[in-house]
Amino acid sequence: MTPILESLFGGLSIASVLLLAALGLAIIFGLMGVINMAHGEFMMLGAYTTFVVQNALKKTPLSDIYILFALIAAFIVTALLGLILERGVVRYLYGRPLETLLATWGVSLILQQFIRSVSWQLMLGIAIFSALFFGALWFAGKRLDFERIRSWLIAIAIPISAAIAWFVCDILAKIYKLPFTKPWFGTQGVDVTAPRWLRGGLPIVEGYQLPYTRLFIIFLTVVCIAGIYWFLNNTPWGLRIRAVTQNRNMSACLGIPTQKVDALTFAIGSGLAGIAGCAVSLLGSVSSNIGQQYIVDTFMVVVVGGVGKLVGSIVAAISIGLLNYVVASNALKPLISFSPQLTAIADFFASGPMAKVVVFALIVLFLQIRPAGLFPQKGRTVDA
Amino acid sequence: MTQTNGAIADFPANTDGHSMLDISNLNVYYGESHILRNVDMSIEPGKMVCLIGRNGVGKTTLMKTIMGLLVPRSGSIRLQGKELRGLPPDRRAKLGIGYVPQGREVIPRLTIKENLLLGLEALPKGAAKAKEIPEDIFELFPVLKTMLNRMGGDLSGGQQQQLAIARAIMGRPRLLVLDEPTEGIQPSIILEIEAAVKKIVRETGISVLLVEQHLHFVRQADWYYAMQKGSIVASGATSGLSKDVIQEFLAV
Ligand SMILES: Nc1ncnc2c1ncn2[C@@H]1O[C@H](COP(=O)(O)OP(=O)(O)OP(=O)(O)O)[C@@H](O)[C@H]1O
Ligand SMILES: [Mg+2]
Repeated sequence: MTPILESLFGGLSIASVLLLAALGLAIIFGLMGVINMAHGEFMMLGAYTTFVVQNALKKTPLSDIYILFALIAAFIVTALLGLILERGVVRYLYGRPLETLLATWGVSLILQQFIRSVSWQLMLGIAIFSALFFGALWFAGKRLDFERIRSWLIAIAIPISAAIAWFVCDILAKIYKLPFTKPWFGTQGVDVTAPRWLRGGLPIVEGYQLPYTRLFIIFLTVVCIAGIYWFLNNTPWGLRIRAVTQNRNMSACLGIPTQKVDALTFAIGSGLAGIAGCAVSLLGSVSSNIGQQYIVDTFMVVVVGGVGKLVGSIVAAISIGLLNYVVASNALKPLISFSPQLTAIADFFASGPMAKVVVFALIVLFLQIRPAGLFPQKGRTVDA
Repeated sequence: MTQTNGAIADFPANTDGHSMLDISNLNVYYGESHILRNVDMSIEPGKMVCLIGRNGVGKTTLMKTIMGLLVPRSGSIRLQGKELRGLPPDRRAKLGIGYVPQGREVIPRLTIKENLLLGLEALPKGAAKAKEIPEDIFELFPVLKTMLNRMGGDLSGGQQQQLAIARAIMGRPRLLVLDEPTEGIQPSIILEIEAAVKKIVRETGISVLLVEQHLHFVRQADWYYAMQKGSIVASGATSGLSKDVIQEFLAV
């Protein structure tokens, strides 16, 4: 009994992290057929947001429940960034999945570097540049011949704004020195400490206890899934999202603003990445490449689950999580101890990386049998 | 336009003296193949106009271009004098074009009720707070009332067609575009659909653009246009539809 219970809870806790991370990706993929490679970096930003909120609330009475504020802040920050990514990049690439993959991958690299080097200097520079550049566009937009002068205006405004921003920041850097130029986070990881009430664990069986942080993540995952189900099934925007997911052209012909639906969905999916990032920050040190650890796994969850059905992602995440845990922890060893060969094989694969190899091999095998995933949608094409 | 009774309410009135729809010199391509050639067409307010032509001549292509699903290479489409060029389909729906496409395109994994509520998206407020389907819809299509919670994809072809028309009517359009509403449907249901469309026209005074192969239904229209190889080659009042024209353009 013990190994089975232990595998169940261990696997569930891995699965819940996977699922939380994959949820946003699955929703976006279901609606637009787009895989956002920067999803992992949105998680990373959610984790860093948690770190910032924790520090901001450190010596206040709210420090015990900082995690709630961190969840909200992480959602908002990543949702806004998702919105900018969709409006600024992804929407120009609909129907071109490979270009979208490359472009969002590029964004993920930018975000990683950004988090390493972000400082007051950089932030101020970006703010000055944006204010000058978009201000100039807005100002010129009121002129009648805007369309005609647009391209050369952009060509001139970019270098000028950049030069001014650079110049101002350089001067300020010379005046204020280190406090102004020092990176906020740097290349070292940062540590989020769980609030007091999440330390310790729940004893499940002899010698195994489930940490409260893991329980919290399972709980958070359930809440997020319930929330998404409620949103999709009970609100007007949820109805619009479901309609566009199934038949984009007809939805548009009925008067549904498909561009707004895309933007909203992308923002919500990205916001969920932020929440996932907040959750994983409780599990260990957070660094700029934490997103890379998750993007492949979450991608697998979405592919195995199939397009357009959340149930698929849920089942896929739980299966992959369980399998991963069972193989890595060699939890079934007592059950196969009758055969020395089997035990030898199980021992061989009983480590984190080797368990991943097993899981990926099985996924590849599975996709040979069911290329459309666990729950294929009939009559729906991704690129429609 | 007069409202004969109050059964179907809230439709926009046509009073401003423009044609409902004016298409001029329209050219549409699929890649490099020239599908519609210099198409001219006009629909007067409150009239029902039928487009006939054999399979593959470009009727559906014209409907899709009107809706904004295809972008014409040249020419103009005006709705009550307003140029539609460059507007996406959802804006055109909001301007008052209700579209019932060939193949019906009921959203399969939504319930009948949700499909109907989506019809409200064409109204300024969208489907926002509405939870109920107005009674006039069920007067037109009584079958729908009994199956509001079934999935759209589970309906029979005839029921899906009725749902698609009802959904378009939910948005209170000025112009109803019907692409082969009787294709692949059994005769008794065809008569029901025909009667419903006639009732809609009579009671609301909206204009209808109909693509149709059934002679009986074609005769319900006021005016016909006949299409061949992407061009309009004949037009006239349906009362004057001669045997020759019928032979030539309808797949009877
Ligand atoms: N997606 C497409 N790509 C390329 N060619 C197309 C496409 N859709 C239609 N066509 C071509 O355009 C022409 C007109 O097609 P359309 O669907 O408008 O015909 P139709 O008059 O509606 O025929 P039917 O009576 O069978 O519905 C046909 O020759 C068809 O092969
Ligand atoms: Mg057709």
